[in-house]
Formats: sequence, C-alpha cells, structure tokens
Amino acid sequence: MVRAVDAAETAPTSYAWAIHAEELKVRAGRRMAVDGLDLRMGTGVHGLLGPNGAGKTTFMRAVATVLRPAGGRLTLLGETVNGRFDLRGLRRQIGYLPQEFGFYRRFTVREFVEYIAWLKEMPSRDVPGAVQRAIDRVRLTDRADDRMRTLSGGMVRRAGIAQALVNDPTVLLLDEPTAGLDPDQRLVFRALLRELAVDTCVVVATHLVEDVAAACTDVVLVDAGRLVFQGLPADLAAAGADVGATGADLAADSPAERGYSIILRRHRERIGAQP
Amino acid sequence: MKHDQVPAELLERYAAGDPGINPDELWAVEAHLEGCASCRERLGAAVQRQSPATTALLARVGDRLAAEIAISTTMPRRRRGQVLGRSRWLLPPGLLARLAMTVLLVLAALSLDLVDQQGRGEYPSLVLLFAPVAPLLGVAAVWSRRLDPAYEFVMASPRAGLYLVLRRTLLALMVVIPALAAAGWAVGASPARWLLPCLAFTAGALALGEVVGLSRAAIGLAAAWVIGVVGPSMLTATSPVLLAPGALPAWAALTAVVAIVLALRRDAYTGLRSGH
Repeated sequence: MVRAVDAAETAPTSYAWAIHAEELKVRAGRRMAVDGLDLRMGTGVHGLLGPNGAGKTTFMRAVATVLRPAGGRLTLLGETVNGRFDLRGLRRQIGYLPQEFGFYRRFTVREFVEYIAWLKEMPSRDVPGAVQRAIDRVRLTDRADDRMRTLSGGMVRRAGIAQALVNDPTVLLLDEPTAGLDPDQRLVFRALLRELAVDTCVVVATHLVEDVAAACTDVVLVDAGRLVFQGLPADLAAAGADVGATGADLAADSPAERGYSIILRRHRERIGAQP
Repeated sequence: MKHDQVPAELLERYAAGDPGINPDELWAVEAHLEGCASCRERLGAAVQRQSPATTALLARVGDRLAAEIAISTTMPRRRRGQVLGRSRWLLPPGLLARLAMTVLLVLAALSLDLVDQQGRGEYPSLVLLFAPVAPLLGVAAVWSRRLDPAYEFVMASPRAGLYLVLRRTLLALMVVIPALAAAGWAVGASPARWLLPCLAFTAGALALGEVVGLSRAAIGLAAAWVIGVVGPSMLTATSPVLLAPGALPAWAALTAVVAIVLALRRDAYTGLRSGH
C-alpha cells in the first residue's frame, strides 16, 4: 500500500543533538581555524556570530563534511564523522550554502537547482516538484528559467539558498546567506528561517547581528576557533542592556550589537589575563 | 486489501465526522483512503451529502486560493528546446574548454603528419605518438577546484566520488577518442595501436590523482611520456617500441591492474581524504 508518510519520517530520532562537536579541531590551510570547539545544536535556527577569521566558515565546511576534522569529535545526526569515508547517507540529509560559490553561468536557475538535486541523489521522480518548491520558497519563481549569468548578486544568493533547501535537509548550513539581499528580501528570508526552525537544525553564519536577533532561536558566538557564548538572542540583548555597569562607551545601535561587542571584549580580556 | 472497499455506511459516518467510530476502524479507514483513489472519490461524494460545513470550508479555501493565484507572479513558459533533466549531462565549463583544446591539438598533430607524409615521410606519426596522453588534458579538469566553479557543491554532495569522476571521464573520452580515431584514420594510425595505452594513461591518472591531485598526476604522466617516448622517437625518427603491436598485452595487463586498484579504492574522491 502506498503511504503518504513513510515510517522513516515519523521514526523518533536516536540522537540528542543534530550537531555535536567535542574539542573539535579543524585546519584551514596551515592554520588551526577551529581549535577546541565544544558545541551542541539541536532543532532550531542557530546564529553563528564572530569576528572575521573566527573560524565560522571552517566550522561550516567541517559540518558539511567537506573538511575533515584534525582532532576532537564531530557527531552529525548521531553519526561520528571522523575517519568515516562512507558519508553518502549523511550528506543526503545536509543542505549547504557556501560563503562563496561558483555556478555554471549558462545554467538556468532551474537547471542549477536540478543539478544539485541530482548531486544529492534525490529520486528523479521527486526532482521537478522539489526544485519548483525550493525556487518558490526563495521567491525566484518569475526568474526560474533565466540563465544564472543574468541574475543580480542578491538573486544568485537566493538561488544558492534554493539549492540548499531542495532536498528538505535535516541539517541546513547557510554561510552568509543575507549578503547582497535587499531589506525586503531579508524579511522574506527571516520568515523562511522561522518556518524551517520547526523541524530543521539550521546554522546561519553571519556578521549581521540584527539578523540573528530577529530570526534565530539560539545565538552562538565564537572567537579564534573557540566557543565564547551560547544562549538566547534575549541573553545577548541583556548583556548589552547593562552598558552602564561595564562603563563601555560603545557606539553600537541595538542592544544585541552592544551585547555582542561586550561579550567578545570580556572574553578577550579574560583570555589575555590568563597567560 | 486492494479490492476491498470501505463499507458505504462506515464511509458516510466518517464523512459526517461521527465520534462513535472505533479508533481501530478509524485508523483502518484512513490508512485505506491514503492508498485507494476510488474510495477517496466515494468519500468526496459522501462529504457533499453528509457535511455541508466541510463543503462550505472547501469552497472558502478555493475562493481564497483563486484570489491569491490571481495576484501571484506566474512562471514564464519554458524556453524552447529546454529538456528536463538536461543539467545532469552538462560538464564543467573548464572541462569543455580543455576538450576543445585537445581537439585543436589533435588537428595540429594531424596537419604536421600530413605535411611530413607529403615530404619525405621519415618521422613517426605525431597523432600516434600523442594519442596515449591526449585525454589527460581533459581528465585533469574532471575533478579540479580551479576549473570547476561548482566544486564546493560537488565536494559536499553524496554523489561525490569515483562514480562522478568516472562519469565525467567517460564523457570526456567520448569527445577525445572519436577525434583521435578520425585523425588516426587519415594518417594510417589504427586505434588498435593507441586505444589501450590511451585507456591505461587515463586510468593511471585517476588512480594517481587520488593521491597527489588529478592535475599533478596528469601533468606528471604526460611529461614522463613526452620526455621518455615522444622525444627520443622524434630524435631518432623511429616508431617507439611501446606502441608496437607486441606491446599490447603489456598495456592490457597494466590497464587491468590500474582498474583493479581504482575499483578497490571505492572511497576515492569523496573529498575528505583527497583535499586537492
């Protein structure tokens, strides 16, 4: 008998965290970009914040299983990644938008998303519908059959988000997804994130603190490859609210941005005082 | 279960939302409806008879959807000549450029050969000499960060691995080998002499490439062939022993060994081990 929902979809998960990093070390070139990161992420939208070079992109690439951990343990959906070579089953459940990505310029948007769906080994019966749905979700319906080279920067970014969504991933990794999006599209994107937060572990690496404050259920702050802070967006704002207590003279606009700066500075002072 | 039908009386009660239906019966009805189109059709008719509230709700949803569809952007008509599923057969642009270059080089070797044959005809055929390493230019671009713009996507995908590499290599060979065969036919270099060496070099580049990077492996093998075989035979103006018919069993054995090595390393090119 044909069932609309198969048993695998309703089966309870056998893991506590979708992404679990213990003392994770990942190399980017010669530098150890992620250096002893301890992190747990479950269902929801996690905003990954940090200054340039904090190891955000390297962490994302490690979780996308593109980079191999140099030390520690990385467990994705209950499966340990280190030393495993057969990652196909795991990779089918991951959606990944790299920070910088190339595409074949003569592809149309639909062909681009279709190609990624094929790379993700989706059954060819499901591909056309899934591709259309992904394109609709990022509001590129009217440009679906235009070639990639005719799109603006923001539209290319949205096509990138569409390809990450196409396989309905359990773990969705978006590296700088809002770069180049206009304010209206950013609102659409935040709504999409809230929708995804229900059943997906979304990790959004970004510089924009206000994106995190508006759409994320969880904030993770990293610096120099280590975890600095993990908590609710409200906690970040609260840290910024008692600005008088710390005597900070920060010119940041929102409490969340102030909180980000204060937490980062306190962390660096603490690290600086240790050795 | 296929020819079973939900009893009409039960279906009427189900449509009316009767709370008195046993949970097990309810479950069986719903499970059956999911898979049985004819019962779903009967349910539709039963709902219209039994539940005016549901019918009204459906009409309201229909109206609202129609209004939304009327103001939403419509998808443009599919481009003419666009084929669904074409994308999976498209190759990275870097590879296409390399293949075009290979065909031009084969043509250049062919014209030099023809010039030589018009004259004294003392040199061995260049088409024959270069045929074994001709696919390497394209093979180097099959799996390359520099030449494939979508490399990061490919690397993170489940399909990354030997299957994808072989598929692209096969598509590249389907361009290079006919070009070589045509050129070889014009100068009398039969495929029997160069096809096996050609495959051996291609497989060898793939096997080595997994360790040192595909570009490096291709360049290394091509350089070794040019210095070790092409150079000497042009200087001495003799046909190389390695391309004589007697060497064919050795090439066949080499191709087989390399193919087995490739097949044993099925986790090759999955991204994690080969960080090139």
